[in-house]
Amino acid sequence: MSLERRQFLKIMGTTAAGAGMLGAFRFLEKGEATQILGSGNPNQKWVFLVNTYNCVGCGMCVRACKLENEIPYNAPVSRTWVERYVELNSGKVLADSPMAARDGFTADNPMGKTVNPADITKAFFVPKLCNQCEKPPCVQNCPVGATFSTKEGIVLVDRTWCIGCGYCIMSCPYGVRFFHPVYHVAEKCTWCYHRITKGLKPACVFACPFGARQIGNPQDLNDPVTKTIATQRVAVLKDEYGTKPQVFYLGLDRIVR
Amino acid sequence: MHQWYVHGLEWTQKQGFVYPNEFITWSIQIVMYPFLTGLVAGAFVLSSLYHLFGVKELKDMAKFALVFSFALLLGAPIPLMLHLQQPLRGVEIYMTPHFTSAISAFGIVYLTYALIVCSEIWFLYRAFFVGRATELSKKEGLGSLALRNIYRVLTLGANDVSPKAIEADHKAIKFLAGIGVPAACFLHGYAGFIFGSVKANALWMTPLMPVIFIMSAIISGIALCMFTYTIVMEWKKHVTKKRLARHLRTGETLQELRGTELEMIRISAKYLMAFMIAAFSLELLDLIFRGYTAVKSWDILRSVIYQRDWVDIFIKQYLCGYVIPFVLLLWPGLTVRRAVLATVLVLFGVYMMRWNVVIGGQEFSLTFAGFMNYNIPIIPHNWQTYKEGVFGAITVGLLPFFFFYFINKLIPSFPPVHHEGKTK
Repeated sequence: MSLERRQFLKIMGTTAAGAGMLGAFRFLEKGEATQILGSGNPNQKWVFLVNTYNCVGCGMCVRACKLENEIPYNAPVSRTWVERYVELNSGKVLADSPMAARDGFTADNPMGKTVNPADITKAFFVPKLCNQCEKPPCVQNCPVGATFSTKEGIVLVDRTWCIGCGYCIMSCPYGVRFFHPVYHVAEKCTWCYHRITKGLKPACVFACPFGARQIGNPQDLNDPVTKTIATQRVAVLKDEYGTKPQVFYLGLDRIVR
Repeated sequence: MHQWYVHGLEWTQKQGFVYPNEFITWSIQIVMYPFLTGLVAGAFVLSSLYHLFGVKELKDMAKFALVFSFALLLGAPIPLMLHLQQPLRGVEIYMTPHFTSAISAFGIVYLTYALIVCSEIWFLYRAFFVGRATELSKKEGLGSLALRNIYRVLTLGANDVSPKAIEADHKAIKFLAGIGVPAACFLHGYAGFIFGSVKANALWMTPLMPVIFIMSAIISGIALCMFTYTIVMEWKKHVTKKRLARHLRTGETLQELRGTELEMIRISAKYLMAFMIAAFSLELLDLIFRGYTAVKSWDILRSVIYQRDWVDIFIKQYLCGYVIPFVLLLWPGLTVRRAVLATVLVLFGVYMMRWNVVIGGQEFSLTFAGFMNYNIPIIPHNWQTYKEGVFGAITVGLLPFFFFYFINKLIPSFPPVHHEGKTK
């Protein structure tokens, strides 16, 4: 095939223009997006400790969270919640968290049943919140990169970028995520990132009257939370998913889901 | 506080211990999405049986299946858009894909596949476009001028219809069908991967999921092509009959039409049955394996599969979707009517399979100690209950046929009823 000079130049020109347009797109290196966004302090890490022995199920943490993070008070979704577990002598387990325990557990009515105290083997409360996993499936599965881990290891959602596909909600083994009732994008617990980055405690930690919820710095060996995690027998939730949760529990039981 | 709306609250009914934030997040539109992409892939595979493997008997069906696949392809992203909470941001999947996510591949897989289908149709119809453009240039009037220009654009300036050029077209079609089959399988297998890779969901997580999806995709695609083909052929027979009654010219005789239709249906039925065996075996293998290994989640899965969804899985999906149609197709002396009944049942069965995966996978809580019911909204009272309810599904299901009707106006996938050259 013979090409005329003019034709050849035309083809070359088109190719160059095409290549130039493609050049406008590029692949970001791992973590580059976070770098550009400049989110987070690489010298700071966070870790959460829940002492279930101290939890009385008052629901103060849930109320504080809802108000602090503007989750509509009457919406049945919440960034954090408290579960009540009642194991009966028969081996049957009753567990519930009505309205995410916003109003506290004030009546003998696990799962709407009245239970004779003599029938109870053990009963306790377990606060739940985002585990800020080291290997977060929600971040892995976000198709547009709207959710990401900051350098401190906190997983955040960009409300201006989330398309609301719900894949992160389906990916979280802990049921932490939900669609924000007002913004209609994925919503989750951030350990009150806006507070902890200013030296304040998360709202739930601040509101807990019994110190059941604590936050600490794992890099500081003198931090009481870090010390407890290092020296006590702590457990994490659902480690079989390989997510490496960063919320550690004291007094977790096999019946906890 | 602002007016709020909790997604899923209206149709999720909880039982037992369920985490507060759990709802049926992926509803009917996510059932429709794999159903539609499955039909796309299946229709394409059917057309490739002729173009690639030279199954000559399927010539008529192949052309139609390819064009129909294109119409379905146009419909496939609609349920995805409808299920997004922020549909206007859907384009971000193309602009900032986050490649560790299975969903992010959608843009690439979908566009690649769309390009293959469009190119194949173009090569298949190029001579037709040229012919139409030339034909219309002899006619006068604004309508034919507009139509002529449309066809001229569609030829993309390639007006050579010499035997050599047509031969080159055929080669291109074969090549495109060749890369199209894996692409079609990839498009749909990847839809299966979206589910199969969710480790948080005990029902979804299995490496078999993409393969199961591909097999059921192919059977649904073949079944839909057979079904639609029969409808169109019946229509043609009806028109021919009418024209014969009025002593007008017809392209093919009634007997010819009947013969082709039955021949086509019988051949396709064979391929349908082969893929049905593969799909059924895989689904059964998955079920048996889960029961045999009985890991932690098996207790709750068993109560979903054998109790709550028993009718949906064993009666609707397996009995109505596999066993009955298989017997209907296998029974000697297959008639068109029986084949149509079988294809409708197969389509229903595949739809139930999608339903049982998508909705069934959300029927049990992450606590493994509670259940959720999807009370599908029937009469909508707002946008959410429309799009995630019965009418949303019907809309999405009808759109491909609507597209097909208009595409068919430009690129007819059946020989015309009243052929100009032939008289009877």
